Amino acid sequence: MVLQELGIKFEQYDHPAVLTVEAQAKYVGDKGGGLSKNLFLKDKKSRFYIVSALADTKVDLKVLSQRLGLGKGGIRMAPEEALGQLLQVPLGCVTPFALINESASYVSLLLDKEFKTQPHCFFHPLSNETSISVQASDLDKFLKSIGREPSYVDLEANPPVGKDQPPDLAILVPSGTIDIPDAPENSTPSQAVSEKSFPVQKKCTPASVDSVKSAKPSSADPNAKDKPNNAAPQPNAFAESRLFVDEILKKTTELLLSELTEDVAKQEALANSVRKHLAPDLQNLTRTFCSLLQVMFKNTAYTQGFYAGSNCQPKRL
Amino acid sequence: MEKGEDKHEEEQDQVVNPWEVTAKDGGKIDYDKLIDKFGCQRLEEPLVDRVQRLTGRPPHVFLRRGVFFAHRDFDEILNAYEKGKKFYLYTGRGPSSEALHLGHLVPFMFTKYLQDAFKVPLVIQLTDDEKCMWKNLSVEECQRLARENAKDIIACGFDITKTFIFSDFDYVGGWNNYFGNYINISPGIQVVGIFGFSGEDHIGKVGFPPIQAAPSFPSSFPHLFSGKDDLRCLIPCAIDQDPYFRMTRDVAPRLGYHKPSLIESSFFPALQGETGKMSASDPNSAIYVTDSAKVIKNKINKYAFSGGQDSVEKHRELGANLEVDIPVKYLSFFLEDDAELEHIKTEYGAGRMLTGEVKKRLADVLTEVVDRHRAARAAVTEEMVDAFMAVRPLPNMFD
Repeated sequence: MVLQELGIKFEQYDHPAVLTVEAQAKYVGDKGGGLSKNLFLKDKKSRFYIVSALADTKVDLKVLSQRLGLGKGGIRMAPEEALGQLLQVPLGCVTPFALINESASYVSLLLDKEFKTQPHCFFHPLSNETSISVQASDLDKFLKSIGREPSYVDLEANPPVGKDQPPDLAILVPSGTIDIPDAPENSTPSQAVSEKSFPVQKKCTPASVDSVKSAKPSSADPNAKDKPNNAAPQPNAFAESRLFVDEILKKTTELLLSELTEDVAKQEALANSVRKHLAPDLQNLTRTFCSLLQVMFKNTAYTQGFYAGSNCQPKRL
Repeated sequence: MEKGEDKHEEEQDQVVNPWEVTAKDGGKIDYDKLIDKFGCQRLEEPLVDRVQRLTGRPPHVFLRRGVFFAHRDFDEILNAYEKGKKFYLYTGRGPSSEALHLGHLVPFMFTKYLQDAFKVPLVIQLTDDEKCMWKNLSVEECQRLARENAKDIIACGFDITKTFIFSDFDYVGGWNNYFGNYINISPGIQVVGIFGFSGEDHIGKVGFPPIQAAPSFPSSFPHLFSGKDDLRCLIPCAIDQDPYFRMTRDVAPRLGYHKPSLIESSFFPALQGETGKMSASDPNSAIYVTDSAKVIKNKINKYAFSGGQDSVEKHRELGANLEVDIPVKYLSFFLEDDAELEHIKTEYGAGRMLTGEVKKRLADVLTEVVDRHRAARAAVTEEMVDAFMAVRPLPNMFD
């Protein structure tokens, strides 16, 4: 085993699979040292973190998010799929040792500084059925051997974060985003423009629009040469709004992917650049296109009503 | 008689009338001279500012760039508007061909802006009878062209609850008032004096001008403006239409109507340069609303007259001649961003920006305009045209 090769002293304890710290405590809680709780987290830009702390240490995700420079609520528990895909460990088995995997190379590790106060701490290796106790210094040895610099953090601290006080943990934000297929969120672009695409979608797909759309074919077009036009519903104003939004997302994705870099600062600058350059164009496009779409919707609805009105049967008296 | 009565040309001067626009010696149209000769007024910046104040929105790009540069009594319209007196808009098109180019859209884009900004109704005349007579097309063909053109006009985004489109063949026949106005206007027209008709021109042609004049009076539309004889009319049009309405203004007081006001645009230059109007018969002189992005790019690259120098070195030294450069001219019509246009003019004029760059930017801008138009056009159905052209009341026309 790797640890032996590194000359790291550890104690290994096998037990039935455990999914929680409490369960783990049942088996190794009496051996002294500190039990660890390990959180696998993800931020809005698909960057991943392991927060490894003593079971008793209070970890406030909101505070952590701010200290990482992700704003309030910028971080949350990673989805289950990520666990398997990135850390290659089962549920309940998040551990610093998972960083041995290539797939985890962009996952950032935050270690509780309290680990250093303990003679030894318990972690899972890559399985729920074992717990190993190691000294903090040995954990460092392991991490360095896989090219990682151990980062100890006072997890309970809550320093102010503001204009003059930069987030103190920002340096621990990974430099690479990771795309997990099946994950509910995709890469940055959809996030950055979601605020802008929402108003467009809301405006362009009210319930009345759908009913007009379905009413279109039923209004029995008397003019035969117009049939192909009505039969293919795609080239009309309603589909255009969807196409239009897709276009925005496509353009944004292309822009970002073409310039993807590893530098965190450059990424921030990039995101700002996207917003700065794309936003006015999109807003203009939205405004002019949307106002044109709106008047076309109005005209279509009026036309339907007019046709119906001019063709309705007189009331039976 | 108003100042500036147009006479049939004695000297070899520029010719501007509804049927012919040519510059002197194949040069550029002299708009100052035109304003002088016609007797209309320059649309100065204070008036544009006033429009902005009254409408609460930025003035249309065509106003900012001086595309609509002349007027008659537009300030009167604004005065009345300020006092809460509304007006209606009247513009039109002679449907001589199916293919519309960007120059054709200019008055309609501007009129749409006016409709939105001032919240007023609009009547649009399709002079299918005129084209039938002047272009020797059949009545049916002209009526068909009128309907086709109506679709492109509708695609400019007019509000159906405030817009009445009519073709002369359909509408003029039916309504007593229209014909009544026609008869009343006629005595005021010296056809030779104003329009340059001669004894060889046939009676239909000679009889046409009152047809274009009549929509200037609200009583021509009893289903819309019944009882509103006091309603003013504003006519956005290209300046070559001025003779019609100069004549109409002369006749109006005699009939007890307000003189219609005009707001007039310069001509959209052909791709090859500013010797006159774009011609629907030469496909390479214009960008058509049916052109694809590829075609647009190609036309601009191949045919757009450049004010740039022959070689890169010379260009960097002398800069571009912005006076004759067509891409810059086109950008001044369609590039909304004032700051960007300024930047391009400065850099290109100084020789730091090359023609290729300007042409590329223009291709992007025009493609966007054309794409947007095409999308809107695709949503226009035959029923929509029928609805726009139906003789119906517009109860919400001032909302």
